[in-house]
Amino acid sequence: MKYHWNWGIFFEQIKYGDETYLSWLISGLGWTVAVSLASWVIALLLGFAIGTVRTTPRTWLVRLGNAYVELFRNIPLLVQMFLWFFVVPEFLPRNLSLWVKQEMPAKEFVTATVCLGLFTSARIAEQVRAGIQSLPRGQRMAGLAMGLTLPQTYRYILLPMAFRIIIPPLTSEFMNVFKNSSVAFAIGVLELTFQARQMQEDSEQGIETYLAVTVLYFVCAFIANRMMAFIEKRSRVPGYIAAAK
Amino acid sequence: MLGQLDLSVLKPSLPFLWTGLKFSANLTLIAMSGGIAIGTLLAMARLGKSRPLTAVASAYVNLMRSIPLLMVILWFFLVIPLIIGKPIGAEYSALITFTAFEAAYYSEIMRAGIQSVAKGQVMAGYALGMTYWQTMALVVLPQAFRNMIPVLLTQTIILFQDTSLVYAIGAKDLLKAADIAGKNYNRPVEMYLFSAVIYFALCYTLSSIVKRLQIKLAVVR
Amino acid sequence: MAMIEIRDVSKWYGTFQVLAECTSQVEKGEVVVICGPSGSGKSTLIKCVNGLEPFQKGEILVNGIGVGAPGTNLPKLRSNVGMVFQHFELFPHMKVIENLTVGQIKVLGRSRDEALRKAHALLERVGLKDFEQKNPGELSGGQQQRVAIGRALAMDPICMLFDEPTSALDPEMIGEVLAVMQDLAREGMTMMVVTHEMGFARNVAHRVIFMDEGRIVEDATTEDFFGTPRSDRAQLFLSRILRH
Repeated sequence: MKYHWNWGIFFEQIKYGDETYLSWLISGLGWTVAVSLASWVIALLLGFAIGTVRTTPRTWLVRLGNAYVELFRNIPLLVQMFLWFFVVPEFLPRNLSLWVKQEMPAKEFVTATVCLGLFTSARIAEQVRAGIQSLPRGQRMAGLAMGLTLPQTYRYILLPMAFRIIIPPLTSEFMNVFKNSSVAFAIGVLELTFQARQMQEDSEQGIETYLAVTVLYFVCAFIANRMMAFIEKRSRVPGYIAAAK
Repeated sequence: MLGQLDLSVLKPSLPFLWTGLKFSANLTLIAMSGGIAIGTLLAMARLGKSRPLTAVASAYVNLMRSIPLLMVILWFFLVIPLIIGKPIGAEYSALITFTAFEAAYYSEIMRAGIQSVAKGQVMAGYALGMTYWQTMALVVLPQAFRNMIPVLLTQTIILFQDTSLVYAIGAKDLLKAADIAGKNYNRPVEMYLFSAVIYFALCYTLSSIVKRLQIKLAVVR
Repeated sequence: MAMIEIRDVSKWYGTFQVLAECTSQVEKGEVVVICGPSGSGKSTLIKCVNGLEPFQKGEILVNGIGVGAPGTNLPKLRSNVGMVFQHFELFPHMKVIENLTVGQIKVLGRSRDEALRKAHALLERVGLKDFEQKNPGELSGGQQQRVAIGRALAMDPICMLFDEPTSALDPEMIGEVLAVMQDLAREGMTMMVVTHEMGFARNVAHRVIFMDEGRIVEDATTEDFFGTPRSDRAQLFLSRILRH
């Protein structure tokens, strides 16, 4: 194997410009973190709402929730990216469509965030539904029997417990968000994977480039994991072994 | 708006899309077979008694599972030609990548499957005078495999969706074919939508079948 | 007016009838025990009383308010009716004390101080004053059920429903829970109790209802029930259960 190693490449200047390759990677990391965290917030809010709705006694709401989950789970993320970027704007009202295509600030970032957020929300909705349904039926009854309304029963009894039960799958989902954010390169978000390809072509030092980017992804996943572990520890209920699964 | 969709471009592009879909399907099937085979070996290594083997297998699985698939695709596309000394093309690179990558995910499933088989079964195998490999091959793995069929299939549906990521190295799968056709006919909106419909129809049908299978297996047990 | 009025109540799961034309009533201050073989519909009936289970025919009035009636404010009605469950159903993510205050604060709108005062008094009463900062999971079954009774009482209910309150307990813990219930009865609480504890029924109940296959087969005063139960099925049930 013939390969010209050059570990100093990160501090060298790019071919046309006065930035260093390191600055490319750092800004890539910034976009990766921004897309991931912003979509995570969307995913949590929507995912909990839709997952909850799917356990209510309202049949039509349950169906709507199920349809939502099926829609987002059965189309590849990359295809969804293209749909949001190229297709959805065409179906908006004329003025809005023009605005989205020409004037919307940070268009790529916003599109990728919405896409990844909704995609992840469907997966979280599935976890939330399973979590709520794994609680003993008596818990819901006990809340209602006390005179709590159904929304109050969810707010104070069911959701806090369901949340604790689904922390492990939520942890891997949080790590997945960082990994999946790499797909945003395809619509031109200047995140890590985009920068990796760009630097690889520009510097021709592929191995060093990919190694650095891989380590950065690794660090992201690790930090995400530790954050969730911290939350899990803080919210643990002594004496209660989660009826997990 | 909907009225502006020009569906007439779909028909002439069908043969082209069909070639793309065939590649996606082949990639899925090969990566599934190879992935399950290697994944089973990895799972056995992780559950086995040899410390170094366990360590290597876990390191491999954990590494693959914590890197974005896209990066793995790029890595293999870069490194394989360096190792063998000549370019191999996006399609072959994709085959190797997906087999290696999915093996890590399948191995986690097989590990759970092996652990789901009662301890007494292993002892019963040994009691009959079987060796380790015989016990595994004749007693444990068939049961593990059976218990995990729905999960293995679900993972395969995910794998099928993930094959769209070969877009990054330019292999001509269904999505790439739609992408090219969209550019040729200058109708990207229609082509992306159409490819989404195909993916959805296939994945939804398959996952419905898996769901029904799951219920059926649950009843049998 | 009776505290609980059950008139001609029928309920189906699909085509399967779980309750058939059940009619009975519980007067203010009365203790009524419901017994019967498993699957006889007794738990379902008691859950209909506070609307936890819907029913398709008949009506149930609690303190004059129709449970199944369209305009009824069910949460308000339930806040007046205490319920104790077979599996306790304490909220595992809340401390014992929070289990007793959450309803008072969120449903009755009491101040935190007032709710805490009430909760302390009730924990003392069920003999668990030192356990208020524990998590439910750290308590024995008998202790959990006593907390659950305290939780129901914290709402100042006008009547109490008990759904097999001792059947999930180890034998040595049944007594402590029954003792709390007995005290409650003695103070004049209106109670409807689904239980297999015939000793409790004999000593505490004013009336006994016997159910089988969704029907109320027997509805008699305690003396009459244990003296001369009229139906064969009730006799069979009693002979089986008393032999233990």
